[in-house]
Amino acid sequence: MKEHDHTGDSMNAARPKAPSPIIEVKDISKSFGSHQVLKDLSFDVQPGEKLALIGPSGSGKTTILRILMTLETIDGGVIRIDGEPLWHMEKEGQLVPANEAHLHRMRTKVGMVFQLFNLFPHKTVLDNITMAPILTKGISRSDAKARAMELLDMVGLADKATAKPAQLSGGQKQRVAIARALALQPKIMLFDEVTSALDPEIVEEVLGVMRKLAAETDMTMLLVTHEMGFAHDFADRVLFFDAGRIIEQGPPDQIFRAPQEERTQLFLRKILAAGRAI
Amino acid sequence: MQWDWNFIYQILPTLWQGVIVTVQATLLGSLVAAILGLFIAIAKRSSNKWISRPVSSLAMFVRGTPLLVQLYVLFFVLPDIGILLSPLAAGVIGIGVHYSAYTAEVYRAGIENIERGQWEAAKACNLSSHQIWIHVIIPQAVPPMIPALANYLLMMFKETPLLSAITVYELMTAARGVANSYYRYFEPMTLVGIFFLLISIPTVILLNRLEKKYSRRR
Amino acid sequence: MNVIEADWLGYVQLMLEGALVTVELTVYGSIIAFFGAFILGLAKLSPWFPLRWLAIVYIEFFRGSSIFVQLFWAYFVLPLIGFPLSALATGIMVLGLNVSAYGAEVVRGAILTVPKEQWEASVALNLTKFQRMRHIILPQAIVVMLPTFSNNVIELMKASAVVSLISLADLTFQSQVIRLQTGNTLLPFAGALLIYFILSLIIVYGIRRIENKMAEGLDVVRS
Ligand SMILES: Nc1ncnc2c1ncn2[C@@H]1O[C@H](COP(=O)(O)OP(=O)(O)O)[C@@H](O)[C@H]1O
Ligand SMILES: [Mg+2]
Repeated sequence: MKEHDHTGDSMNAARPKAPSPIIEVKDISKSFGSHQVLKDLSFDVQPGEKLALIGPSGSGKTTILRILMTLETIDGGVIRIDGEPLWHMEKEGQLVPANEAHLHRMRTKVGMVFQLFNLFPHKTVLDNITMAPILTKGISRSDAKARAMELLDMVGLADKATAKPAQLSGGQKQRVAIARALALQPKIMLFDEVTSALDPEIVEEVLGVMRKLAAETDMTMLLVTHEMGFAHDFADRVLFFDAGRIIEQGPPDQIFRAPQEERTQLFLRKILAAGRAI
Repeated sequence: MQWDWNFIYQILPTLWQGVIVTVQATLLGSLVAAILGLFIAIAKRSSNKWISRPVSSLAMFVRGTPLLVQLYVLFFVLPDIGILLSPLAAGVIGIGVHYSAYTAEVYRAGIENIERGQWEAAKACNLSSHQIWIHVIIPQAVPPMIPALANYLLMMFKETPLLSAITVYELMTAARGVANSYYRYFEPMTLVGIFFLLISIPTVILLNRLEKKYSRRR
Repeated sequence: MNVIEADWLGYVQLMLEGALVTVELTVYGSIIAFFGAFILGLAKLSPWFPLRWLAIVYIEFFRGSSIFVQLFWAYFVLPLIGFPLSALATGIMVLGLNVSAYGAEVVRGAILTVPKEQWEASVALNLTKFQRMRHIILPQAIVVMLPTFSNNVIELMKASAVVSLISLADLTFQSQVIRLQTGNTLLPFAGALLIYFILSLIIVYGIRRIENKMAEGLDVVRS
């Protein structure tokens, strides 16, 4: 079950073919100084799957997303995206550390939306969105602009194209950030607590965009969130993290209604007590 | 071009004379800058704009014009109106006045960095304005100023070769003197450069440490 | 006094010619310093140790040995070891190379003020290292650099007065010439100080205008 063979195994050919995972995380460990943040973490993600990562703060959720976005290095283990190692290159059958060119190629598959938006303050909304497609994919300015306008339309901000980030509200900034990541058409999107910096009444305008995205595209999505209600509706599968490990995983109904592990139960009870209803 | 050790041994005593004057000029100049700068900073903070405005403008003028020309004013113009200064005195006053315009900024920034809350809390403790300065403001404001002030001390040190233009017998004058009389520029000029590096670089390293220490504390 | 009255127009012209040399030194010196500052500042941030080390040695060397010593050394010693440069070229070179070292710290410091999240966002958008620097980091950092650059340029202009000591006919030199010719001390030096001060003001307001234009582009200073 754990070993996947991407070249196509004749023994498996007879069985109903399970689609090969788009992300394979295998035995990943990561430390900051002496503090081990991820401990032999392993999980797979199927193409098109929507995954919610939940767990107490400090449990390593952001770290694994940042590793997938190549913002953080790994200490041990292997990650494969589309069957290709992310942090390594295959050389004569051996895995060697990736160089910048390899990382650059792998990044075309992944996009990320940050908790604090991280828009570029010196560029207009439109330029924030068109810059990367023009620079990294060689798309013409007019094509990039047309595509950006479509995306802005989708997130409901077509009228803000010429605004600067400083003129937008938090919810608007986050929707622009989503459009910016989508403009590169990644196969995988990572969302790290994208609503936790927003005022409660604004959260829904961002979640609405993400619902639409989940319904209308077959992108693979990994979502770190404290919005348990949204995680329940959005995700195909929920991973519960604690102290750098996955303690429990399963369909949202199972995790939220009938968690097996004590730590999951405790976490959910605390979250519920804090007033975040499912 | 040969590096001639014998020549160097021959000129070192002369250069040493210059070093002494260089150090004197630096220390005396920085004393003037440290004290005068304080007065300028206080005058700039004055609520009377007939004091604060002219002083600010004058400080800006001093910072916007070359020290060399300012030295010429002290050295050539003052005697015309009956004030005769020795070259060294003119140099010390010149460097001191020039850098007082800079140290004043350090004092100002240091005082402004103290939060309003500190003044208010001190008043709430019923301290007099005199007590506030002595017990609350100065102890907090001064330590972070030290790296910046020391940095200006180093800058003044590096400006002292300018004093050779008004015949102060400092290191550069001494070096040019021996260079001219022996027709050898290479060793004297290089020695002057090495001397400045030998003083500057350890000081810079020390200053970086100090600065780290104070920025960590805040 | 009489001599000055008789020929004051000629002396004013002499001063302005000197001022032109000062402007030349300042402009060309600043151009060298600007590029030098970027090269050195970026080198000091390089992950590659030898490059970083080279930048540090350069910066500490030029900041540590006085600019006046450097000027005299370049003027007297360089010709002896086979680099006969004109006084003007020597002046421009020394001013430019020296102020580069100060500017490098400004460039480096300003780049470090750009929040690391900006860098991360540009990695997530798959920009190359060069593109990150060119499109994201530098445009934001330069707004932070400009006020200090303005000080650097003024310091460069002020330091340029020393070239008069290597017999280059700049503003300070001409004021000395007029003093010697007329015997009047106050007028030539007061005139020189005034012109230097006006040049300083032009530098401050010129760079402030550029800064405002760029800050407009940034809209609101990042909180
Ligand atoms: N750059 C870093 N340096 C040191 N420690 C870090 C760094 N980033 C994260 N950590 C630590 O790693 C742990 C996991 O962090 P994170 O992945 O952000 O958790 P989560 O997103 O689940 O709240 C935390 O204890 C955090 O303090
Ligand atoms: Mg997190």
